[in-house]
Amino acid sequence: MKKTGAQILIESLIKEGVEIIFGYPGGATLSIYDALYDAPIKHILVRHEQGAAHMADGYARATGKVGVCMATSGPGATNLVTGIATAYMDSVPIIAITGQVPTPMIGNDAFQEADITGITRPITKHNYLVKDVKDLAYVVKEAFYIAFSGRPGPVLIDIPKDVQAASTEYHYPDKISLRSYNPTYYGHPGQIKKLVEVIQKSERPVIYAGGGVIIANASEELKKFAETTGIPVTTTLLGLGGFPETSNLSLGMLGMHGTRYANYAVTESDLLIGIGARFDDRVTGKLSDFAPKATIVHIDIDPTSISKSVEVDIPIVGDVKNVLVELNKLVKKKDNLKPWLDKIEKWKKEYPLGYKQGKEIKPQFVVQEISRITKGNAIIATEVGQNQMWSAQFYKFAKPRTFLSSGGLGTMGYGFPASIGAKVGCPDKIVFDIAGDGSFQMNLQQLATAVQFKIAVKVAILNNGFLGMVRQWQELFFNKRYSQTPIENPDFVKIAQAYGAMGIRVTKPEDVGPAISKAIESPLPVVIDFHVAPEENVFPMVPVGSPISEMIGGLA
Amino acid sequence: MKHTICCLVENKFGVLARIAGLFSSRGFNINSLAVGETEDAMVSRMTIVLDADERILEQVIKQLRKLIDVIKVIDLTGQDSVERELMLIKVNTSDTVAKSEAMQIVDIFRAKIVDVGAKSLVVEITGDEKKVETLLELLRPFGIKELARTGKIAMLRK
Ligand SMILES: Cc1ncc(C[n+]2csc(CCOP(=O)(O)OP(=O)(O)O)c2C)c(N)n1
Repeated sequence: MKKTGAQILIESLIKEGVEIIFGYPGGATLSIYDALYDAPIKHILVRHEQGAAHMADGYARATGKVGVCMATSGPGATNLVTGIATAYMDSVPIIAITGQVPTPMIGNDAFQEADITGITRPITKHNYLVKDVKDLAYVVKEAFYIAFSGRPGPVLIDIPKDVQAASTEYHYPDKISLRSYNPTYYGHPGQIKKLVEVIQKSERPVIYAGGGVIIANASEELKKFAETTGIPVTTTLLGLGGFPETSNLSLGMLGMHGTRYANYAVTESDLLIGIGARFDDRVTGKLSDFAPKATIVHIDIDPTSISKSVEVDIPIVGDVKNVLVELNKLVKKKDNLKPWLDKIEKWKKEYPLGYKQGKEIKPQFVVQEISRITKGNAIIATEVGQNQMWSAQFYKFAKPRTFLSSGGLGTMGYGFPASIGAKVGCPDKIVFDIAGDGSFQMNLQQLATAVQFKIAVKVAILNNGFLGMVRQWQELFFNKRYSQTPIENPDFVKIAQAYGAMGIRVTKPEDVGPAISKAIESPLPVVIDFHVAPEENVFPMVPVGSPISEMIGGLA
Repeated sequence: MKHTICCLVENKFGVLARIAGLFSSRGFNINSLAVGETEDAMVSRMTIVLDADERILEQVIKQLRKLIDVIKVIDLTGQDSVERELMLIKVNTSDTVAKSEAMQIVDIFRAKIVDVGAKSLVVEITGDEKKVETLLELLRPFGIKELARTGKIAMLRK
């Protein structure tokens, strides 16, 4: 049967199991929206396309499925860019569909024309400009395959208006073959054996786990690996939730705002096993002093990640889960770790994460209360800045896919739309966006989206009246010259109410817990405006360019 | 150190931009790049010459392999390969002495004179890097008015 491009697109999305699209219509997507009108796919009408991309991203991170967003040509498409770049940096599988001006007009600076495939080339895993309706079904199939397989990432499909309207015989391919794309899923057995040998010999091993563990759904395997061998685990920011922080073997997060004990352990280790992590500069600090005594092992599906910054001794390219399964067959309890674990225990006792309570609400306390009240079972999205680091430090993450944060790109404004996407994907979960007052204002218009579609996310603004993280750097490194970091905010409670959400203001520490509980009980989206200590800093901290063992602050 | 890599890519819209973009966005420097169809019309072959240390070269090759449209990447450096480049050189020959001297040099190199003008010659030479560079150096004293080169193309011998 013949179908139009727009119908083919929608049917293909259904074939891929898409249940939800986050999008915003326009002149170049009219046919697609017409085909969507009576299709069994839900559409969430966002209030800015950047939010659509972040929602698709939050949905994907929380559910492990592919997220889909859609925008019209020109400004609609360019509004997606920050969201696509965010997903790219954190390896999140999303499909971005954009309308384009009709093929004969491409290149003519037509109304609402933007070369979106050109613009997004460096921030997508792959992208397509579909010039012939006959290619469309195949492109959709291929796009989903590429987005989801190997190291996942965003894929953009740009569809000109005339291609949406043109008709052709529809047939959805069952299989695709890509001679140029074959991710390596199984680790080399010889390399795995080598790793088993160095594990056996090591006396001070540490596992350093990243977001790849979560992406590969390998948390159980990681837990088994750590528990079988008895090797302690530190995670990156994006690795949070990949290993339960309730475990004795957990060292929490490492790096710039990591725990002292994690950074000390990595620095003293004789074997560092990197799993699905990429040795980011926020993790390594000064490169030459990163894990200087250790044999470095790196397990990752992306060969370009290996030896990119840190020279790796034993590289294992493969899917993290498959490699861990193989590894778990070969490893056994290490019985020589007691001195090492004792030493780590001593560091933990000596340098716990902490802060001083005062009369004002401490932002760390708000995060701890959310953690306590939700029992670590909520999905936590964050914005960027201090709010993000305090969330990472003080929420006790126990499960994968419960921490959503823009790690690679550091996009302020990510958290709120991402929390909406996550809540749509996981309606039974409590979903919080832990926000800064600055970041929340980057995408707060999505309150209208949350209200219209009854998406009951909870926003906890750690309102310090500053662009806090930048202020912290100005305090520490620019002699307290607070250039353009104090911000005057609107009344967030009124804003929430104006949108039809609930607003709560909290100014006293004793009201923090009750406000959180009240927000959770409400069926509405809720914004809690926590007035927190304005000049609180995130500690400990590794100044840029220092070794991670040289941390400042955070001492009891 | 100079390296020659060969890249087989899907002959698709935008491939060249992807590869060029990869080099520019990651700060890799290309010395030359030659592109053309292969025996299979669906596949293009790119020969890329770049100056890089081992570490950067390894990243370049891995990053190229990561591109969806790249089918195969071969590092020809140190391998038994055939390499050729074509160069067109417009040489200044304002007097007859210069002209005959230049023609002699061209002859020794088995290069071709493809155009003779009143005050210039256009010389065509094909060969490996050493040969074309040597000819160029010998012709330089006459004055080079214009130079065009294809960039190197290469393949393994077996
Ligand atoms: C889109 C964007 N613009 C600028 C920055 C730089 N930046 C990083 S943290 C930060 C301050 C964030 O302030 P706020 O949201 O109030 O959070 P806080 O640090 O106070 O928790 C800024 C401006 C960024 N990360 N993203």
